[in-house]
Amino acid sequence: MKKNRILTGIIAVIITAGLLLSGCSGSKDTGKTTAGKEPYKIGAVIDISGTSSSLGAPERDTLQMLADKVNAAGGINGHPLELTILDNKSDETEAVLAVKKLIEQKVLAVIGGSSSGTSMAMIDTVQKEKVPMISLAAASTIVEPAQERQWVFKTPQSDIVAIKKMMGYLKEKGLTKVAFLYMNNAYGDNGRKAFAVAAQAGGLQIVDEEKFEATDKDMTPQLTRVKASGAQAAVVWAIPPSASIITKNFKDLNMGIPLFHSHGVGNQTFIDLAQGGADGVILPIGKLIVADQVPDSDPQKKVLNTYIEEYTKKYNSPPNSFGGYAWDGFYLLVNALEKAGADRAAIRDVLENTQNYSGVSGVFNMSASDHNGLAADSMVMVQIENGKWKLIK
Amino acid sequence: MDLSSQLLQLLFSGLTLGSIYSLIALALVTTYNITGVLNLAQGEFMALGALLAASLYAAGLPLAAAFLVSVALIALLGGLVERAVINPARESSSLTLIIITVGLSIFLRGLALLVWGTDPVSLPAFSAGNPLQIGGAAINLQTLWVLGLTFVIVTGLYVFFELTYSGKAVRACVINRTAALLVGINPGTMSLLAFAGSGAIGAAAGIFIAPITLATYDMGFMLGVKGFVAAAIGGMHNIGGAVLGGFILGILEVYSAGLVSSGLKDAVALVVLLAMLMLRPEGLLGTIGRKV
Amino acid sequence: MKKNIALWIILILVFTAIPLFIKSNYLLGVLIVIGLYTIIVIGLGILMGYAGQMSLGHAAFFGMGGYTVAVLTTTYQWPTVPALIASLILPGLVAAIIGGPTLKLKELYLALATLAFGILVHILFNELKGVTGGPSGMSGIPYLSVGGLVFDRDIKFYYLVWATVLLVSLGVNNLINSRMGRALKAVRESEHASETSGIDTAGLKLQAFIFSAVLAGLAGGLYAYYVTFISPSPFGFHTSIQFVLMAVLGGLGTFWGPLLGAGLVVALGEVLRWAVPLVIPGAGGEYQIIFFGLILMLVMIIKPEGLGAVMNLFSKPSVEEVK
Repeated sequence: MKKNRILTGIIAVIITAGLLLSGCSGSKDTGKTTAGKEPYKIGAVIDISGTSSSLGAPERDTLQMLADKVNAAGGINGHPLELTILDNKSDETEAVLAVKKLIEQKVLAVIGGSSSGTSMAMIDTVQKEKVPMISLAAASTIVEPAQERQWVFKTPQSDIVAIKKMMGYLKEKGLTKVAFLYMNNAYGDNGRKAFAVAAQAGGLQIVDEEKFEATDKDMTPQLTRVKASGAQAAVVWAIPPSASIITKNFKDLNMGIPLFHSHGVGNQTFIDLAQGGADGVILPIGKLIVADQVPDSDPQKKVLNTYIEEYTKKYNSPPNSFGGYAWDGFYLLVNALEKAGADRAAIRDVLENTQNYSGVSGVFNMSASDHNGLAADSMVMVQIENGKWKLIK
Repeated sequence: MDLSSQLLQLLFSGLTLGSIYSLIALALVTTYNITGVLNLAQGEFMALGALLAASLYAAGLPLAAAFLVSVALIALLGGLVERAVINPARESSSLTLIIITVGLSIFLRGLALLVWGTDPVSLPAFSAGNPLQIGGAAINLQTLWVLGLTFVIVTGLYVFFELTYSGKAVRACVINRTAALLVGINPGTMSLLAFAGSGAIGAAAGIFIAPITLATYDMGFMLGVKGFVAAAIGGMHNIGGAVLGGFILGILEVYSAGLVSSGLKDAVALVVLLAMLMLRPEGLLGTIGRKV
Repeated sequence: MKKNIALWIILILVFTAIPLFIKSNYLLGVLIVIGLYTIIVIGLGILMGYAGQMSLGHAAFFGMGGYTVAVLTTTYQWPTVPALIASLILPGLVAAIIGGPTLKLKELYLALATLAFGILVHILFNELKGVTGGPSGMSGIPYLSVGGLVFDRDIKFYYLVWATVLLVSLGVNNLINSRMGRALKAVRESEHASETSGIDTAGLKLQAFIFSAVLAGLAGGLYAYYVTFISPSPFGFHTSIQFVLMAVLGGLGTFWGPLLGAGLVVALGEVLRWAVPLVIPGAGGEYQIIFFGLILMLVMIIKPEGLGAVMNLFSKPSVEEVK
């Protein structure tokens, strides 16, 4: 009996301690408090583990690197930067709790989530609490409708931008009958919706529409139907590993038509896993991945090179576009902090009025009705040749 | 692509998928029959086997060596699991045991995530070469390897249970544990062997399918579920049932994805499962044939 | 008995006082989540602990409640209170329909069937785009408003949720001490014996199943009103397993089990979230996954009756092992 009492006591203490301690936990990545100036606190809610971790991990790495860099250079106007990064485990409920915690620690703004689901879940809280949030996820509903998203911004290009780019290329090559294949999640679904709209407007016909699960191991059934549909080209909206598997299947089945992908495959993993099937794939993507082929006159060239150099030096591997979204989110915020100081509303205003800002993902021009600020010029068409990315001029 | 080629192509895909499911179902059923434990962590053995082999291969080991080392290590893991987790709980209710194996699968998945992260890894196909073209449809060479493995394992298990002393000892345990004890057979050892064996089979299966499906830390879960479904369809009480169930499931899934709609193909598998459970819970082969 | 009431009163006072003394929306958020999960686990506890039936798919009912609220309030512009009531009814109906044939299955097969059911419903959430918005989910769920009272702040929601927990607990307490409760316990101990005593075991199991589904649906509806956004991802297998973990950790068939289980699991998650990166910089949720698996195994091996059994010091005579 006594043992049981002790056990109960311990449990009760753990629960209470857990709750209280969580309420007043310290934060990581604090800058050295240079004598005098108050630190600027910012937070990040990232999908570091869980299903979106391939997005979250490079984002976390980029944010940490940049926070260290800013603090090493003396902070923002002398104020050290205190960045707290929390993992939401790709879970919406946890994202809500994480952002509430950060807000309670009086962060001036929040960067995150990495995926559309976790970002959407946090919107209600940041709107209510009036805290600026810069999402690293792609769904257009994150920043629309604009009148319900005054405090929410995002850095990734919209699917619409990628699709417009692709549409232009398809029409140029006279490919008017396409098959559209997409992964069965928010990313793929949004791609599908946007593509359908653009196809209609652009006079393209979607002769076959197929979907597959993120965890599917074999897409030959879907591809078999595509082959039978008479499509002149196939467009796939997915991320690895399923994007790689379908690409491999495509090659094995001798499909004989050009294969297009979305910007979701913009990393080396995609090519490696497709085991040779990726050659010939064409996709629209941010300039990061072909930064070495971008002309020097491009306004983004300097930023791209800096990011690649610093990230590769610190982490021994090249950065990818997801990390790029984090870079942009971070610097947009730092920029706002420089101009507005420790004032959430002022930060929001500065963000909303960002003009001509050259980031990794593109050149940002925000407005009250556009909290993303990226247009078609933020992407280029790229083709994979011999396992390498080649800019299509 | 004309209809007959289409159907043939789908059949080949179905065989590929079916052989993957059969292997999992096999290991599940064998373990269940020997130990009475439904090992919900079986899928994780596959995942860990594949991930480990991929790492060893990437580190420079030749493919065959990576295979052997990985299989051996995961077999060891299986044995460890049996001693540390299953054995202490052997008197518990089946509800408790199921939850324990669920906890185990969560734990192993977390470990896989920790060690390998989220990026998928792959192994090269065992034999280089383009897919075979038969009748207008393509069949991947690796599929033939997987089918081969399935055949080897089934035959091996048959030989073991029918023709060796240990195999018969195992069957004795299944039929009556106490009687087996009385004649000097140790059920505890049997249980240990069963888990080590299922670890080995799982790892081998994972390595063989990795060139087709790629390996990720979380591949184990859905494969495990499909493995159950396959075992339930074929019958939990014999290995032949497991294999049959695996192929039926694979082909069913592929045909519904190919001919009806790809979104609902997982749903098809589950509906079939539910129907089987309601109508014929003992599976298609049911109590035909022996338990092991 | 006296000890019991004293404990109740102390707890009610503590819970009421928390938001007044600790001004933390974060803490309230955590407690709200614990409260919602407690409601679900109370229902699951009745099903697993008293009626002795397994459910590996309860997130499906949780999701059904949430989606009912979402669809009714956004697509059909229903007022919020009727939508909440509907979120209780739909899961209950579904449970009534599938419960009959499902509960006839034994142990292993029942577990598989509930597992399949849970995954199936999750797939439907993803596939029925026209209704549920598919994987992208539905946003813009209005705040719950009862009469003139709008639940738009964490503190109001906190009281709402915990008042609900209290009501549900009281109801369940009565149930357990009633004839039906005793009948349920009898079924758990031995179905055969209960049948021979004239207890309608099938009917009872079905009622327990429906009851647990209704509670999960209620929690789902409240969840939708809290986050104002819903998508299929919180309603998958991992959530169902989390509920089972909370139920067994807290102790099946005990009164305090659900609260202890839900509280411990959520608190542990939060503690790990901030503690782990302190020890291992840049680390994420992998450790939490590992810990959960570990704890689940350890508890089930060492003390399968869970922690709530321990709390029975304060109330009724202790519960026997789950076996």
